[in-house]
Amino acid sequence: MSENSFSLWVYLSQSPLLWLTVTLSTYAVADTLSLATHRHPLANPVLHSIWIIGAFLLITGTSYNTFFAGAQFVHFLLGPATVALAVPLYDNRKRVVAAIVPMLVSLVAGSITAIVSVVLFAKALGLPHAIILSLAPKSVTAGVAMGISESLHADPSLTAVSVVLTGIMGAIVVTPLMNWAAITDFRARGFAVGIAAHGIGTARAFQVDEVAGVFSGIAMGLNALVTSLLVPLAVTLLLG
Amino acid sequence: MIASLSLILFCQLGGEVIVRGLNLPMPGPVLGLVFLLILLLTRDRFSALRRGPLRNDAVESTARGLLSHLSLLFIPAGVGVVKNLDLVIGHGIAILLTLAASVVVTLFATVATFLAINRLLTKRQVEP
Repeated sequence: MSENSFSLWVYLSQSPLLWLTVTLSTYAVADTLSLATHRHPLANPVLHSIWIIGAFLLITGTSYNTFFAGAQFVHFLLGPATVALAVPLYDNRKRVVAAIVPMLVSLVAGSITAIVSVVLFAKALGLPHAIILSLAPKSVTAGVAMGISESLHADPSLTAVSVVLTGIMGAIVVTPLMNWAAITDFRARGFAVGIAAHGIGTARAFQVDEVAGVFSGIAMGLNALVTSLLVPLAVTLLLG
Repeated sequence: MIASLSLILFCQLGGEVIVRGLNLPMPGPVLGLVFLLILLLTRDRFSALRRGPLRNDAVESTARGLLSHLSLLFIPAGVGVVKNLDLVIGHGIAILLTLAASVVVTLFATVATFLAINRLLTKRQVEP
């Protein structure tokens, strides 16, 4: 690399512009591929954008903080997008009100299953205590899960990793699993993926069906509350 | 569009202020969602509220625009995971298996409960 292009790289790699461009253009390509495959589960745009950008950072020796200085503008929109969920909720309010009882019961069932199953599977596979604590809140959105993890004196960064892995796996398996089980009720399908796989699952649900997206969004919000209450209790009972 | 975005940000801001102020155990944007929902519902009752972003589907179309690329918004945080993968390397396979099994079990438990309760309720409505 010549001196000039090297100093250009040093300049650009430190500016938010480059990393914002990388984030948006990688997603644009991944989303186009996802559309071209008719939203095939394995063409999940979150999964492919993440590893492509991750590899790019690794190859160029860029730190995550430098990348995030640009990508934070996208990250910031998660808050407004959460508020925006009010609109599809409003559009589908009659459907939602009509399903309030099945939602509340399956919320409790799903939330308990998410926590208990991860603790039991982890125990069965012989994972150490500290890791099990960090995995326990993995089905809720990252901010809330990291808070729970901190209050348990677990490792919040490991929790964040398990949250994202869970979200991606949930988003990939939900469509084939539900089709295989011949479940055609998109309210139930959406609600389940919102409980199991939080926001990344909800993003998938909106790709498949708007009603599924709405129910997934509600499930994600309610599960954040229930899981914060249940995880401390569950780990005391199961690991005590 | 700017007015609609401002309204959405206002709802989020209100949510954050109340959540922080009262130390509530929920994310601020979730309370912001509730505020926007209440605004949309009261607008239907009182025509005086039907102005600015609450008119002509304005805030609705901005919100749909934001949600149409929800996947994009998870990428910055997701890339953080790639940089932290060394945390799981020691127990990588066991952690992946645990998470995968838990996701599948949770999906089925939730969907089965939802459908069972739904069936129970519709049956009861039909019987009398």
